[in-house]
Amino acid sequence: MQETSAQQGHVHAPPEGFIRKHVFSLDHKVIGKQYYALALVAVFVGMFLSWLMRIHLVWPNAKIPGLELLSKVGAPGGVMTPEYYLSLLTMHGTLMVFFVLTNAPFAAFGNYFLPIQIGAEDMAFPRFNMMSFWTTFLAFVVLIMAFFIPDGPPIAGWTSYSPLMAVGKDAGPGMQWGASLWGISIAIFCIASLLGSLNFIATTLDLRAKGMTLMRMPISTWAWFITSCISLLAFAVLLPACILLILDRHAGTSFFIPAGLVISDKLQPHSGGSPLLWQHLFWFFGHPEVYIAILPAMGIVSHILINSMRKPLLSAKVVIYSMMSIGFLSYMVWGHHMFVSGMNPMSSLAFSFPTLTITIPATIMTLIWLGSLYGADIQINSASLFALGFISMFVSGGVSGFFLAQPSIDIYLHGTYFVVGHFHMVMGVAALFGVFAGTYFWFPKMSGRMMNDSWGKLHFLITFIGTYCIFMPFHYLGLVGNVRRYSSFVDDFMGPDLMNLHRFITISALITGAAQFIFLFNLIYSRFKGAMAPDNPWNATTLEWSMPSPPPWNNFGDRHPIVYHDPYQYGVKGSKGDFVMQDSPEQAIASGD
Amino acid sequence: MSSASTVNSHAVTLPASSRPLASTVVAATSADRASRSGIWLGLFTITMSFAAFTSALFVREGTTDWGHIVLPSILYFNTFLLLCSSGTIEISRRYLSGGRLIDTQESRKGSVWLLFTLALGLAFCVGQYMAWQQLRAQGLYLATNPNSSFFYVLTFMHVLHLLAGIAVLAYLTGRVLASHSTFRRSLFDNAAIYWHFLGILWVYLFALCLMKL
Repeated sequence: MQETSAQQGHVHAPPEGFIRKHVFSLDHKVIGKQYYALALVAVFVGMFLSWLMRIHLVWPNAKIPGLELLSKVGAPGGVMTPEYYLSLLTMHGTLMVFFVLTNAPFAAFGNYFLPIQIGAEDMAFPRFNMMSFWTTFLAFVVLIMAFFIPDGPPIAGWTSYSPLMAVGKDAGPGMQWGASLWGISIAIFCIASLLGSLNFIATTLDLRAKGMTLMRMPISTWAWFITSCISLLAFAVLLPACILLILDRHAGTSFFIPAGLVISDKLQPHSGGSPLLWQHLFWFFGHPEVYIAILPAMGIVSHILINSMRKPLLSAKVVIYSMMSIGFLSYMVWGHHMFVSGMNPMSSLAFSFPTLTITIPATIMTLIWLGSLYGADIQINSASLFALGFISMFVSGGVSGFFLAQPSIDIYLHGTYFVVGHFHMVMGVAALFGVFAGTYFWFPKMSGRMMNDSWGKLHFLITFIGTYCIFMPFHYLGLVGNVRRYSSFVDDFMGPDLMNLHRFITISALITGAAQFIFLFNLIYSRFKGAMAPDNPWNATTLEWSMPSPPPWNNFGDRHPIVYHDPYQYGVKGSKGDFVMQDSPEQAIASGD
Repeated sequence: MSSASTVNSHAVTLPASSRPLASTVVAATSADRASRSGIWLGLFTITMSFAAFTSALFVREGTTDWGHIVLPSILYFNTFLLLCSSGTIEISRRYLSGGRLIDTQESRKGSVWLLFTLALGLAFCVGQYMAWQQLRAQGLYLATNPNSSFFYVLTFMHVLHLLAGIAVLAYLTGRVLASHSTFRRSLFDNAAIYWHFLGILWVYLFALCLMKL
């Protein structure tokens, strides 16, 4: 038997005391839950900001009770200023992309389940793991501080384009200290992500249990592994970009600020910098970031769908290879965010081609999901519904990508609500559906209790219909030329019909957002009052279901799991039913039907 | 691993009578393999971030205010120091971690070479500081022109990584000098790999500065 340190002794001592158990814990499961909790706080703050923005868009003069408490300057008398709208927009984007879409599907679930699914006792570097969470937490605190300083959060958007982002206070409210906090927060976040990704890769490569070959790893583990490879490369580029940005802002350098720039009637004391340089560095990170959000969701959804269908995918290998090609191609497409930036038009063509190519592996994966679902007797529960919802969102949001990938069409659609609709569906909501699916599926393992399935289905129904009501009309608005990032529209600019559509979107957003409290309540209530969960409530095959719910601190106890099978032995005859677990030595016999 | 009585999977302690100053690991465990993967991944990440700085330099080079600065000559001497330190750490590594348990005399020699490495590393940092002082004396500050900006950024980021290496070496020196202590051989090997990498990185950065700045 292969001797691993996890098998000889223990990676770290059993945790003792509240601080070691729940705060500065070395246990990957606790760290995973901490990431989840942080993402949960961030997503509700981000959602609340989107409510405020949607309300302001359609009722620009509305007094929002309590808003003045948040910012006297940004909302005098409770009425939001256009600049404060941009502040909220920046914070919404930053919170959602970094602290929700990176943290929840990748860092939270990955931390909890990657070591377990490969049969390891913990991550390769538990101390780095703890550090990466608390560094992320620090980044979150630094970012949120921007709300409570006098000039408020920055107004540059989550992409923080230079030169506006780089020049400082002349660029508007929030651009002095708020923007600095943004830069520092993201730099800290980069360090945390690098530590985390390094840990994920080393763990996957070196701590697999005996018999756990690479191709026997569950698809979810593959997804986290590929994502950590992407993340290691992407954040290593964003960090230098942030350092140069901070130097431009505070040390008087001119990396991103051109000569002769006049902002707010003031000649900026800089020369020769390149605003495009920021865009290149940012999007070299920014586009792979999209896949950092979506790949883990693809893995989670595949993992859950297979269990619900009680049969393997048409080809798990092709799904894995497709995820790899998406990861590889994600580094060749960053320029498609810059078609109208003044970049050489020939470059646009060069970036358009791999962008269209990336739709091929994405389409292959979709076809494998749909082909496997065809004729399958799928078990309908909250987890599988959200997994199906993911496919729906991914397709609906992804199709608009075909249009945006072409420079000639993008020139018209760039900077409109079409783009906003596209990335919210394909990156935001789809990844969140993956997180919801993962939560309903793994909650019994993580807490030892079941979540309420009826509330889960209600949550799905409202969220599914609601997100379509919100984001589908965005595409239409974009097609008729509705630009994004404007704080409000007046009837004679938009036409009354379009304003009615905006009102419809706002009301949908309020309802859909409210439905998330069903989920939150379900989560908290089930944690304490839910029905007790058995060890393997879904009759699943992978290693996480071979241990007690919730697992002990050292995962497998003194047991050393040995893996005998591919991860998804469903639809076969086993001693426990129609499945054989990965660590069960019995032979899988194809059942007669 | 704080006392001689600690026995774990990563290090071996001997009976008090035959205990060397430092002892080494017999077989590589999966934790050792993971830390080896970890160090290479770390080096890859650092390479990637310096590649980002380099590409920023190439883009910035194409703009109108790009000029030329004369690099302080002390940088050649600093380069010599850092390359020597790569040699000394390698000698030290051979004494301390030959893959077998070692006697007291060898580990003493190893620790002396380790102290040399530490001194050379610190001397390099002081040398870089003097290079910055020489540039300042010429009136070249961080924000004076893009060339000086890149020089300060690249050299400072390199020194920052070197200081992390010095911290690890200082820790290891402490472990070696404190008798009856143990440490993981893989930690020492990885520290040496990291140190060599910083030497190579410096040679690259110096060449880049010579050619472009």
